[in-house]
Amino acid sequence: MLNRKVLSALGGILAALPAFAYESSYNMPVGVTDISREVHGLHMMMFWVCVAIATAVFGVMIYSIMTFRKSKGAVADQTLLHSTKVEVIWTVIPVLILIAVAVPSAKTLVRMEDTRNAEVSIKITGYQWKWQYEYLGTGVSFYSTLAGSSNEARQLNSGVDPHSVKDYLLEVDRPVVVPVDTKIRVLLTGNDVIHSWWMPDFAVKKDAIPGFINEAWFKANKIGHYTGQCTELCGRDHGFMPIAVDVVSKEDYAKWLAAQQEAAKASAPAATTAANSAASASATL
Amino acid sequence: MAHADTHDHHDHDHKPTGIGRWLFATNHKDIGTMYLLFALMMFFLGGAMALGIRLELFKPGMQWFDPAFYNSLVTNHALIMIFGAVMPAWVGLANWMIPLQVGAPDMALPRMNNYSFWIMPFAFTLLLSSFFTAGGGPAGGWTLYPPLSLQAGDSFPLTIFAIHMMGISSIMGAINVIVTIMNMRAPGMTLLKLPLFCWTWLITAYLLIAVMPVLAGAVTMLLTDHYFGTSFFNPAGGGDPVMFQHIFWFFGHPEVYILILPAFGIVSEIIPAFSRKPLFGYDAMVYASASIAFLSFIVWAHHMFTVGMPLAGQMFFMMSTMLIAIPTGVKVFNWTATMWRGSITFEPPMLFALAFLFLFTIGGFSGLMLAIAPADFQYQDTYFVVAHFHYVLVPGAVFGIMAGVYYWLPKWTGHMYSMSLAKWHFWLSTISVNVLFFPQHFLGLAGMPRRIPDYSTQFTDWNMVSSIGGFVFGFSQLLFVYVVWQCARGGAKATDKVWDGQMTGLEWTVPSPAPYHSFTDAPDLTGVPDSHH
Repeated sequence: MLNRKVLSALGGILAALPAFAYESSYNMPVGVTDISREVHGLHMMMFWVCVAIATAVFGVMIYSIMTFRKSKGAVADQTLLHSTKVEVIWTVIPVLILIAVAVPSAKTLVRMEDTRNAEVSIKITGYQWKWQYEYLGTGVSFYSTLAGSSNEARQLNSGVDPHSVKDYLLEVDRPVVVPVDTKIRVLLTGNDVIHSWWMPDFAVKKDAIPGFINEAWFKANKIGHYTGQCTELCGRDHGFMPIAVDVVSKEDYAKWLAAQQEAAKASAPAATTAANSAASASATL
Repeated sequence: MAHADTHDHHDHDHKPTGIGRWLFATNHKDIGTMYLLFALMMFFLGGAMALGIRLELFKPGMQWFDPAFYNSLVTNHALIMIFGAVMPAWVGLANWMIPLQVGAPDMALPRMNNYSFWIMPFAFTLLLSSFFTAGGGPAGGWTLYPPLSLQAGDSFPLTIFAIHMMGISSIMGAINVIVTIMNMRAPGMTLLKLPLFCWTWLITAYLLIAVMPVLAGAVTMLLTDHYFGTSFFNPAGGGDPVMFQHIFWFFGHPEVYILILPAFGIVSEIIPAFSRKPLFGYDAMVYASASIAFLSFIVWAHHMFTVGMPLAGQMFFMMSTMLIAIPTGVKVFNWTATMWRGSITFEPPMLFALAFLFLFTIGGFSGLMLAIAPADFQYQDTYFVVAHFHYVLVPGAVFGIMAGVYYWLPKWTGHMYSMSLAKWHFWLSTISVNVLFFPQHFLGLAGMPRRIPDYSTQFTDWNMVSSIGGFVFGFSQLLFVYVVWQCARGGAKATDKVWDGQMTGLEWTVPSPAPYHSFTDAPDLTGVPDSHH
């Protein structure tokens, strides 16, 4: 009876752990896309598989260390040299475990790579050290850099306490805006060196490589403000080119897009000049 | 008369004198000592850089370094620890122990042995001098990914040539190990009687010969891209920056086994010795090591799941990487089974071997998690990866080296060292290494990228914990130096067998300290049964 109680209590703790881990400072976020939830599930599955194996293996090790001590009068068994039976068992069991975890992993991987039928396509270009976002087919394009407050605080001995800065190093001047419940395809490239666009809550991380166009996608189910960072060493200010995405309702997205297009039209001559100078800059590279 | 005099003194301990003994050294023990001392110096230099990193990361905000200098600390910490500390330490142990373990008078190619050591100080002088060039030291990461690495200033050619020299040194060291083990074993010492340290080093040496030229090729292409107008990796000229990553990791993955395989060998000798029981499954251990080496050639792209490989490629590299768990598991199970029904004591080498066993296994678990490509997208280039490879490299490779040093030090010096100080060193290191690296798993999972000099405030607590662990670990290593120094100077006389354990290697049949010239007459092992079959 006691055993059952203990077991159910343990089960309760284990079941609560993934939920407890949500938005924690020590575990992967569950995120806000179906894929990110699957990835979190795979991560936790692997974690518990490792915990189970560790319990068994470390258990035997600790038992051996405690029991077979010379100081306790243990005498070594010189005949225990090998055993085909155990050796087969401890080879076959890991094979079975690996097959069991490989199947769901492969399924998720296939879904992650399926970028078809996206409703919005955004081209993302990594620069040293900022991101450019181009909403394909809409004429909307802008750069996104580290917010001024963070930039000021992050200078060597700035005297500004980072704790006093909102979303220190994760805030940008212009976040990406995307509609909720919509499949967004991102096309990634780099203008100078390799960068990597990581949005933990969407389980998207893909390198932005000069000369390449990489693809990834996400479909966020929850309205909100999400942040990430560049994850490929890209030079001096690699730590200072965050990513921020605002997931908004479809109506708000339509309004935002219209306003952006208006603004783009209004500043069209300026934009053309900027595009030209960007083109000549990349030609000199 | 003078001639006769010399002849009279031609005993086993006749040593050359003065600086010439070291500059022109051809004796495997002298060269081994120089390698080990060099590795120790580099361990402290690379460690000082690591402490610089942990200092800057102690709290958010930039307090100490410019971000560019921070990046060069990160880059050089890795290059120095890998090529300057761990690899030379293994070559040093190989030099000292392989001839003693196979019953040979010296390494097969003593002059080449001298060159391969003396290249190292020059290579690292070159690398470190780059800190004083315009633009500072190399700061593109030890992985040298273009186009970033091509943005380096005058440090660039110095780094490339330093890497070339390290590679040449490693290849020569590897050739020496292979030729020695293949040709100079005592009569009757068949391959399956070899001590495991020789076996894993033999496999390591083949890996080195296979992959160091690949690295040399990769960095040469970087050099010509930078200075001679080629476009191997430059997309503007039709090149491919991802190709560099494929070539680099074709070297880089076997390289990580180069760093760890000799530790497997050492642990496979120490655990039986202090469990007073032959190694469980000797043959399986040899085959598992060989399987790991083979697999190391077909898993490289798991370091680059995020570069945008085709789905089939990702599947292949995910599955092949998971396979590594099988031979690695076999090794861990065999070590455990060796202790089972043994008669265990806990001398410092055994303590380090046991810490290796537990903590390397933890690194293996995070490795298994990293193999899962969909989850790897979340782990890639975060502190989770940093935690993973430091678990396999510090309590893995470095503890393996320390276990080996504590195991054989009395054989080298002829004196026992202070067991209590060594145990202090062990406990301080083992506790602090976990305080240092375990929280980095949390940081990575919670979203902290690697190679950043500053971080968002929610990462503050674990970074502080990690930094405290780092400083305790770093300063604990001074104790190691003291123990070794004290042991070199004197102490209780060590017996030939040194330990009250069940050691089977030939090194325990020669006196302590091992005479300058040992096994001038090869021992005959023909018909002598080994203990492990």
